[in-house]
Amino acid sequence: MAKVNEIDTRTWPQVDFAKIRDQFPVLASTVRGKPLAYLDNAATTQKPWAVIDRMREFDSREYATVRRGAYRFAEQATEEFEKVRGKVALFLGAGSAKEIVFTSGATMGVNLVAGSWGRKFIGQGDEIILSNLEHHANILPWQMLAQEKGAVIKVIPVNDAGELDMEEFDRLLTDRTRLVAVTHVANSIGTINPVRTICAKARAAGAVTLVDGAQAAPHMKIDVRQIGCDFYVLSAHKMYAPSGLGVLYGRKEVLEQTPPFLTGGDMIERVTFEKSTFAPPPHRFEAGTPATTQVIGLGAAIDYLDSVGMEHIERQEKKLLDYATELVSRIESVDIVGNARDKAAIISFTLADAHPHDVATILDSEGIAVRAGHHCAQPTMDRFCVPATTRASFSFYNTFEEVERLAEGIKQATELFRG
Amino acid sequence: MSDINELYKRSIFDHNRNPRNFHAMENASHSCDGYNPLCGDKVHIYVRLDGSDTVEDVSFTGSGCAIFKASASFMTSAIKGMTQVQARETVSKFLDMVTGSSDPEPEDKSMGKLSIFQGVREFPSRVKCATLAWHALTCALDKSTDGEKASSATPDSEARKDVVSTE
Repeated sequence: MAKVNEIDTRTWPQVDFAKIRDQFPVLASTVRGKPLAYLDNAATTQKPWAVIDRMREFDSREYATVRRGAYRFAEQATEEFEKVRGKVALFLGAGSAKEIVFTSGATMGVNLVAGSWGRKFIGQGDEIILSNLEHHANILPWQMLAQEKGAVIKVIPVNDAGELDMEEFDRLLTDRTRLVAVTHVANSIGTINPVRTICAKARAAGAVTLVDGAQAAPHMKIDVRQIGCDFYVLSAHKMYAPSGLGVLYGRKEVLEQTPPFLTGGDMIERVTFEKSTFAPPPHRFEAGTPATTQVIGLGAAIDYLDSVGMEHIERQEKKLLDYATELVSRIESVDIVGNARDKAAIISFTLADAHPHDVATILDSEGIAVRAGHHCAQPTMDRFCVPATTRASFSFYNTFEEVERLAEGIKQATELFRG
Repeated sequence: MSDINELYKRSIFDHNRNPRNFHAMENASHSCDGYNPLCGDKVHIYVRLDGSDTVEDVSFTGSGCAIFKASASFMTSAIKGMTQVQARETVSKFLDMVTGSSDPEPEDKSMGKLSIFQGVREFPSRVKCATLAWHALTCALDKSTDGEKASSATPDSEARKDVVSTE
């Protein structure tokens, strides 16, 4: 068995990532008597003190209703809340804060677009293009819509490395294509899709585009105008902010044509029992009292990510991925599912003799938290003819030592199950 | 490694690699599918009851993790030859044991070899792996012999409420 220390890591870190680790209190936890190695970052991420402290401060000193209070205290809370909308716009490279809608998560973002824009603009015989790398959240809302409207779903196939077949995409695009909805980064196997090319081609064909950025936004610099998408969705809890909150970016022209999705308080201009008119975007899509403190937390998370620097984060995670790929692929009987040239820090794998759930339990006994299952991407699993995989997903706060512990744990599982 | 050795006893590896009664049955009197949508574990249980309501034969097919496969293997070995009533009692005791809802005395030998699954309770996310085949067995026995199709056993079915609540 090859030694795990053969790779020289001395020259790697340029930012002091060991110090960054101290900023995430959860990472000091132990589980089953072992230090927690948290490698389930594609499921959800841990929060830095900066986020925890800011939310606590807001709740203890500043909390009030937003966008409806007629008093100074509520106006101050509203200012803080709306400031975050501006931060998100900058973070995503959007043209205006008015293009930023707060949702309850990426799932709600896709459902909103399918249920409002889709229901208005997609009709009988229209075509929706998805990819074979989608999370169920970017399949099911379109499937429901297609069933309701008699629309057709087409799927961009995936090659053995886990990359989209772009030639086939060209063939799938027709004058009936109304929407192309693809993930930026595949949550199950880590492929980074060429969303810029996809959006350009879709737009040239007259189709609207939605990019699922849930797995991308925390790990790389996002510029929605450079990508050229009409919609971009993300989840706050995957980017070191609280759960229950997401963001939908909608390009101004498209968002303005989009009817309301959820209706209720604070999204209207005028309501009578006969007829109502609705507020312009983004507030048209934010019925009811928003997840106020969570939004403040997201603002703090964005400040935090900016302070570390997305380019540093991207580089560090690439090193972690390369090291993990090197160590894991050396282990006999491991099959890494998804070897795209352009890949985020996610390793999905199967073992010849052990089921993914057994592997995850062996790793858990060593304090290593990974995901096992179909990752809400059953069509991707079907494509690779596996019922499930074990998935390790990294964040910049993970260490090279944790990568080594992962490799050792997998070896242990192989040995146990080989018998 | 102590917890993990509690879960993965040597005989679990043995039954995972060489599951007993792992085949389809043509002349089954009762059968049912079990499926766990969370992890994709699948099982089909076949039972043949004789005229005196005794389990003359029982077998399974399917795919899944070691805990699931070993549990199904041990289950079929344990209940073969039992009356239906005894088999149902064993199901109930097994579920209580792995969900931790009742604590068998250390001296309680009534579960026999099945007690090796006691360690599962320390791994709540794995309980459903250990219980899938057992719920499918209950489902099969609940189906009347006149060929009426009962719904398959899933974590959402009434029979599995106790398991779901432990997740």
